[in-house]
Amino acid sequence: MTSHDTTASPATSAPVPRPSSSDALLSVRELAVHFPTSDGVVKAVDGLSFDVHRGKTLGIVGESGSGKSVSSAAILGLHNPARTRISGEIYLNGVDLLTLSSEQMRKRRGREVAMIFQDPLSAMHPYYTVGNQIIEAYRVHNDVSKKAARERAIEMLDRVGIPQPDRRIDDYPHQFSGGMRQRAMIAMGLINDPSMLIADEPTTALDVTVQAQILDLLQDLQREFNSAVIIITHDLGVVAEMADDVLVMYAGRAVEYGPCKEILTHPEMPYTWGLLSSVPDVKGDTSARLVPIPGNPPSLLNPPPGCTFHPRCVHKDKVPGDLCWTVEPRLEPGQRGPGHTKRCHLTNPDDIYATEVLPEVAPGLVEES
Amino acid sequence: MFAYIVRRVVSGIILIIVMSLVTFLLFFASPIDPARFACGKNCSPALQEQTRKALGYDDPVFVQWGDFLKGVVQGRDYPSDPALRKTAPATIAHCPAPCLGYSKLSNDTVLNLVKNAFPVSLSLAIVAFIIWISGGIAFGVIAALKKGTIIDRGIVGISLVFFAFPTFFVGLFLYQFIAIQWQIVPIPNYVSIADGGFFTWLVGLLLPGLTLALFYMAGYVRMTRAFVLESMGEDYLRTANAKGLAPRKVLVKHSMRAALTPLVTMAGLDLASLVGGAIITETVFNYNGLGKLAVTAARNLDLPLTVGIVLLLATFVIMANIIVDVLYAFIDPRVRVG
Repeated sequence: MTSHDTTASPATSAPVPRPSSSDALLSVRELAVHFPTSDGVVKAVDGLSFDVHRGKTLGIVGESGSGKSVSSAAILGLHNPARTRISGEIYLNGVDLLTLSSEQMRKRRGREVAMIFQDPLSAMHPYYTVGNQIIEAYRVHNDVSKKAARERAIEMLDRVGIPQPDRRIDDYPHQFSGGMRQRAMIAMGLINDPSMLIADEPTTALDVTVQAQILDLLQDLQREFNSAVIIITHDLGVVAEMADDVLVMYAGRAVEYGPCKEILTHPEMPYTWGLLSSVPDVKGDTSARLVPIPGNPPSLLNPPPGCTFHPRCVHKDKVPGDLCWTVEPRLEPGQRGPGHTKRCHLTNPDDIYATEVLPEVAPGLVEES
Repeated sequence: MFAYIVRRVVSGIILIIVMSLVTFLLFFASPIDPARFACGKNCSPALQEQTRKALGYDDPVFVQWGDFLKGVVQGRDYPSDPALRKTAPATIAHCPAPCLGYSKLSNDTVLNLVKNAFPVSLSLAIVAFIIWISGGIAFGVIAALKKGTIIDRGIVGISLVFFAFPTFFVGLFLYQFIAIQWQIVPIPNYVSIADGGFFTWLVGLLLPGLTLALFYMAGYVRMTRAFVLESMGEDYLRTANAKGLAPRKVLVKHSMRAALTPLVTMAGLDLASLVGGAIITETVFNYNGLGKLAVTAARNLDLPLTVGIVLLLATFVIMANIIVDVLYAFIDPRVRVG
């Protein structure tokens, strides 16, 4: 963890250093994804920068509409260029993906960077067998016979823990259980041995008992393939278990970024505090009320001026003047050193967290990390 | 699967029997005296009574319905009189099984009349079907891919125009300009494959086929467009893209495959009802198909023929429903189990 703290330092101020090839596997710099609509430009993601290293996991956390999935779709180049404006840089293995042609990007998709989707039932084609879809994923990038691809698919299904893979390969997705479908999705994602794997809420649609199995599987496979993983979730429990680094997103922007343990034990941004306070405590006092974050996520068409979180922030009166209303804070290191950045005007967040917020936070989560 | 097909066929047969009863009841609910029209123009009351007796119209409805069903299985005589059969067999019209009735006006069994008209309607339906399915799907997919552009609006708009114009207008228009004025094709005329060969048959059916196809195509263009667009928003299409599949493969293998299912249902039912005769088109082009036969039967108040054709049509639609449902199981694996 210690050596990691220094390398994971995100870009906080311009000019952004151009990452060398020996640096992170994936480097996202000042990524912006905007959707022009008839009502105006929806700024789904703005000024997003982060790094992911080989063998490491980045957890991206935030509520619905915070830009988590939009940014991952941008990394895969899945946005329709006619309806999307993307700017910034996305370096994967030293190549800026945003400068590639759609055909060059297509050749990398699924081979260098693969994705696992939230709901495996709807993410698999209902009319084709699981095997057909996995074999297809393999043969797009590998010029092999159907038979060889099938053997490879069976091998992968076996690896992700599908019993009798040589028989189940000919089943349709609806004949699989939810957990098995997600295992098959993982097999499909990893069949080309991608160096970068993005898991978009991989356990949200699953049973709680199955969730842990899938997370274990992902961790095992990550160790085996030494791939970099981005796990998108709104479940801080998943982050605590999986992630090395955490990026908290709000209204399309990174609001806090740093090593997982740091963020979970010493968060410095009121939005992160809110997320932590709203995790139920199953080990301690189960009758304790959860503390929700008041209000709703802002409109991405007309984000509030100043700090986008200020309308919902209960700590804004601790900032002198009208800074929160007028000036958008930069993503800067806080009280705890350069490895941990946050977008907030509060000058003494650690004290406020320790005295006002920590009593509300379920202790289990932090202990786990 | 087999049990399912048997179940569907049995329920289909029951449905047809019920359908025949309903048709019979409707037949007698009409204020027309069938005997009067079966008997001809100069018909004395005595002769009218005789006809009524000969054709069995004096029996109660249910007895007649029973006789009709029996006739379908066994065949029947008109009039059904064993004594007359011995003394004067020439005055008896025999209708062999499956007997759908006897048209006194045409002096022929309904089955024979239908048999002559059916190939015409079937040919017309097949030619129209091929044109409208290929055109409808092709234009629908193009419109979906070019969604929101002038091409999309053009395709949807033009297909709507053809849909809005009455068939007799489009038919007469094509007839007048393409066949008569510009003479691009010969005057449309039905020639069976046995008589004139495949090419003559096809050329003869081109204009009426196109007339029908233009009408049906509008719906298929819009449906295909909608289904393809819908499938493009599905998660599994995003998965297909995330795999790095070529756009064309994503469209054909993933998107169009999903759009196919609802289209098969629609196409099956539309084809079935068209096989039962395209009334206006056949009349415009003077094709002696089932549609024209039905119009003639209705105009002459030839009730046995009307009943026969209605029943036949109902049978086609019921059969098509069964076929579509069975096909569905092959198209959609989720239907297969259970």
